[in-house]
Amino acid sequence: MPATESTPVRDVIIIGSGPAGYTAAVYTARAQLEPLVFEGTTYGGALMTTTEVENYPGYRDGIMGPDLMEQMRAQADRFGADIRTEDVEDVDLSGPVKYVTANGVRYAAKAVILAMGAAARYLHVPGEQTLLGHGVSACATCDGFFFRDQDIAVVGGGDSAMEEATFLTRFARSVTIIHRRQEFRASRIMLERAKANEKIRWQLDSEVLEVLGEGAVKGVRLRDTVTGAESTLEVTGLFMAIGHDPRSALVKGQVATDDEGYVLTQGQTTYTDVDGVFAAGDLVDRTYRQAITAAGSGCSAAIDAERWLAEHGESKAHEAPELVGGGYAPTQN
Amino acid sequence: MAGTPVTVTDSSFATDVLNSDKPVLVDFWATWCGPCRMVAPVLEEIAKEHDEITIAKLDVDANPTVARDYQVLSIPTLILFKGGEPVKQIVGAKPKAALLADLADYLG
Repeated sequence: MPATESTPVRDVIIIGSGPAGYTAAVYTARAQLEPLVFEGTTYGGALMTTTEVENYPGYRDGIMGPDLMEQMRAQADRFGADIRTEDVEDVDLSGPVKYVTANGVRYAAKAVILAMGAAARYLHVPGEQTLLGHGVSACATCDGFFFRDQDIAVVGGGDSAMEEATFLTRFARSVTIIHRRQEFRASRIMLERAKANEKIRWQLDSEVLEVLGEGAVKGVRLRDTVTGAESTLEVTGLFMAIGHDPRSALVKGQVATDDEGYVLTQGQTTYTDVDGVFAAGDLVDRTYRQAITAAGSGCSAAIDAERWLAEHGESKAHEAPELVGGGYAPTQN
Repeated sequence: MAGTPVTVTDSSFATDVLNSDKPVLVDFWATWCGPCRMVAPVLEEIAKEHDEITIAKLDVDANPTVARDYQVLSIPTLILFKGGEPVKQIVGAKPKAALLADLADYLG
């Protein structure tokens, strides 16, 4: 089914809804650019699957990740951002007017801010995807509850692995951290916290070859990365914490990315290599990846877009709708 | 008549879900589950638009028995019950269009 057109040509469309997307929405909405925001159906970004955020400035006593995101969303909404819980299916960034298609409707804008974030990485080993939701999970805060008094495992060696393992000890009898090396990427504070937890066990120099079980996880087959010896670890749950991949598939081939898919921006700006297209948050950031840095770059993207729009023709936001292509189609929802 | 999601519990599950004349889509959720919050407004819309099924919400924290009986190990999970039997299971937050497509066989 060809997409129907929705007019007018807007000033800016924001794709994504983590701290970067919502902050860009707050700023562009306050600048009266009337942003259209595609937050997607899994809105809120990575913080929706976290528990307490202790390091977001201004929340002295911490705040739950989903609550923080709802605050940001409500703030953008308050200033008039047009927020749609729809997934973007296609973008065309090639011309002076950019097109974004969601739910079969094609929207046009002069500027686009990309803030699609990053998605949890999986191992891609046999058994993993078939047992997803049946013992394999990428969301400890969602699913830890179901593993009360059971033996489970976390795969990974970074901060998120330590955080998830520590969180999961609230429920589980034991949590084994499976990690390919002896060394950890995790910060000292997170590692020390995990090491001090007597429910946490360590399975180092080990990689997962297969997730075992039919209908429910029974264990994992492991290989020692030093000796090559194989073994089986009996667990009923396996939580993935092996990092994230930037969600740049939507713009692949249209904006420059590095070899891992992170969208490249120019210098300290949020300018991509495509005029009028800006990028922010975990989609860009391979280094910091914090709620506050994502929010900060979302703010930068909004200001970059606002100034770019001021230099490149007047805002059409307050003009009467004009017909484009197939004519005006009311949007669904 | 516009419908709204109903709340079911371990004790009301047999009456409200298993013995229901209409198919019942049960949303297994909990307050601490971020992605569950994404599904909630979509289900409210579906409840409003589709009288031919009942949308029910079951808090797994307060009602662990039903969740265990149906081997729910991840939330949000949606299970559609028809004639007392689970006929469709959907794990994870999905867009409305995808949910409607998954449920197409049971919607008018």
